[in-house]
Amino acid sequence: MLPWLGIAFMIGLGELLTRTEMISSRHFPPPSEMFAALADELTTAEFWTAVGNTMQGWALGLAIACAIAIPVGIVIGSSSLLYRSVRAVIEFLRPIPSVALIPLAVLIWGSGLESKVFLAAFAATWPLLMQTLYGVQDVDPVATDTARSFGFGRGQRLLHVTLPSAVPYIATGVRISAAVALILAVTAELVIGSPGLGREINIARQSEAVDIMYALIAVTGLLGWGVNIVFARVERRVLHWHPSQRVEVAK
Amino acid sequence: MRSRALATTLEITVPVLLLVLWGLLSAGSDTYYFPPLTDILRTFMDTWVFERVRSDVLPSLTRLALGYGIACSVAVAAGLALGLSTPLRRATDPIVQFLRAIPPPALLPFGILVLGVGNAMKIFIIAFVCLWPVLLNTIDGVAGVDPTLRETARVYEIGPVDRVLRVTLPAAAPQIFAGMRTALSLALILMVISEMVASTNGIGYFVLQAQRSFAIPEMWSGILLLGILGYVLNALFLLVERRVLRWHRGSRASALS
Amino acid sequence: MLHVEHLKKSYGETEAIGDVSFDVQAGELVCVVGPSGCGKTTLLKCISGLLEPTAGTVRVDGNLALVFQEYSRSLFPWMTVRQNVAFPLRRKHMDKREARALVEQSLASVGLEHTLNRYPWQLSGGMQQRVAIARALAFKPQILLMDEPFASVDAQTRADLEDLVLDVRRDYEVTIVFVTHDIDESVYLSDRIVVLGPSPTSVQEVLDVPLGQPRDQVQTKERPEFTQLRAHVWRSIKRPDNDPVAA
Repeated sequence: MLPWLGIAFMIGLGELLTRTEMISSRHFPPPSEMFAALADELTTAEFWTAVGNTMQGWALGLAIACAIAIPVGIVIGSSSLLYRSVRAVIEFLRPIPSVALIPLAVLIWGSGLESKVFLAAFAATWPLLMQTLYGVQDVDPVATDTARSFGFGRGQRLLHVTLPSAVPYIATGVRISAAVALILAVTAELVIGSPGLGREINIARQSEAVDIMYALIAVTGLLGWGVNIVFARVERRVLHWHPSQRVEVAK
Repeated sequence: MRSRALATTLEITVPVLLLVLWGLLSAGSDTYYFPPLTDILRTFMDTWVFERVRSDVLPSLTRLALGYGIACSVAVAAGLALGLSTPLRRATDPIVQFLRAIPPPALLPFGILVLGVGNAMKIFIIAFVCLWPVLLNTIDGVAGVDPTLRETARVYEIGPVDRVLRVTLPAAAPQIFAGMRTALSLALILMVISEMVASTNGIGYFVLQAQRSFAIPEMWSGILLLGILGYVLNALFLLVERRVLRWHRGSRASALS
Repeated sequence: MLHVEHLKKSYGETEAIGDVSFDVQAGELVCVVGPSGCGKTTLLKCISGLLEPTAGTVRVDGNLALVFQEYSRSLFPWMTVRQNVAFPLRRKHMDKREARALVEQSLASVGLEHTLNRYPWQLSGGMQQRVAIARALAFKPQILLMDEPFASVDAQTRADLEDLVLDVRRDYEVTIVFVTHDIDESVYLSDRIVVLGPSPTSVQEVLDVPLGQPRDQVQTKERPEFTQLRAHVWRSIKRPDNDPVAA
């Protein structure tokens, strides 16, 4: 009940402020007009093509990131020697803002899908890699010691103790990476002009179709929200032991 | 122990080896896109030490600092309020989830429309995007404070201000710092894109311009600088975090031993 | 000092406490024992106000302090020992020097005056629990509630801590309600023992412990009265449906 009241309040406030021109409607059209533009957009083929393009880049980027980051993270996290060897390299490569490579991507692949996927994958790999690493390293030593005392070998400990305890971290990592991949996909579309929602938003702004611009921004927001909900649900199921999720018996 | 000495040696030699490898592999290169490492380094020294510091590096860093600072202050304050009040959190949750899920680049056209292409727009975008990781982590940290700590504060009738400032905030601090660390890398990214899309100065602007005018070694030097910047900012952050959260590492270490 | 009347606590369908009534007089040390899971912790939480009873009344004459079983989670890890003990005193708006002296005195009475500037996690389990006790003492409560405080501590340390509780009661003249599942401990420490039955719990019986003061870990435990009392409590817990078994 409460959430819906909050939403209704915000929309109502927006409508009031824009209709009375307290906020210039040139910059910010009334929500009702934005909804109308959104409804219109949903009927056009161009819109759905753009959505498809964005999601395609996102999905490919995320998939590549997972395929690289999770195995690499597990391998590096399992061997402290290996970790120490590559730690400096990771710590230097990781903070490189992926967007710094936009010019490079444009140089090599132009403004097509490859650039978008490259950027999305590059950016999404790091959070997932780090989360996987931490998850594997953060396993409770008491748990592995217990397993060892029961005669579990190294591989079995990895499979039965370390990985299950790392899964919540990996789930969090995938959620973060999913968001990052989407951001980079839209960024590539916006900055480079790859086909997709980002490019459509830019076109709308340049042609002063402000209501369409906002409608499209809202759509990207909805996409991001949807992606987040799906991955957060999965993560929550996997993370149910955390204190903030515990139902308090006392009050 | 033997393996500790080995680990330290590896930690130092492996990166160095990789660097040397890069230098050697690229030395004879005449690929257009990947100039020799030595060229890049030379261009780097020429461009950034210290010629373009005032014209590009300083504006970039200032915008970064302002956006990040505003985001963190607002986020911690709001996160405290939301973390402590469940009804408030549930009421604002859909708005928070919606706003924070908007891919930041989609905000750039909005920012350009409303705020133009000046510093205000870039600072706003950085602040808006950095807000969410810190906010969400603060909320999580505050909500996840150990129930026994909270009960102790209640039994001893600790006043509300003390409870927030001296119990809740320190208890949530590790989580808040995690959020701030994520936000820092986001800030750098937003700084770069906003400069690529709507700016007349800044490191991001420089890198894109270099690419457009096919000054490839300059482009690489800019990328290198951004990498260094990212590394240094992160290292500085860790230094501060280590100091502030000294107690946390000790407490976790002893809990695990 | 403490009056509990027909206390009842349910969580939805589950009834944790059925009907508990007992009194504690000023200056007494009363132990509450019962089988595992019978609701002893719930009882303390109801008495201390952390939980609302479903029915019944609790009347406390004065301030109370609670020492938790999980000492490592009840001391604030970002504060030093000194800061931890001083923290509850902030509410009292005391003179700074007075507060300082009180903190040092409390820590001295538990033997930890040299740990003032250390962090809790730098101390052993037994020492951490002592800090928690010192913190409770500095608060100057009329009643001290202790929830199985020595359950997570090794036997040697536990004996020392038991004697510490006796010393503290004597020196600070504070009323103590001590929850434990260790029958030996309950007989050794208390003036009276409240025996609780299994869940939903109620008072099985209340017995006097006429062992006199001061108590000694060796001598008191050698006395035949100690063994008899211990056996009595044991039987009372194990066979709750039988009325007072012949001592």
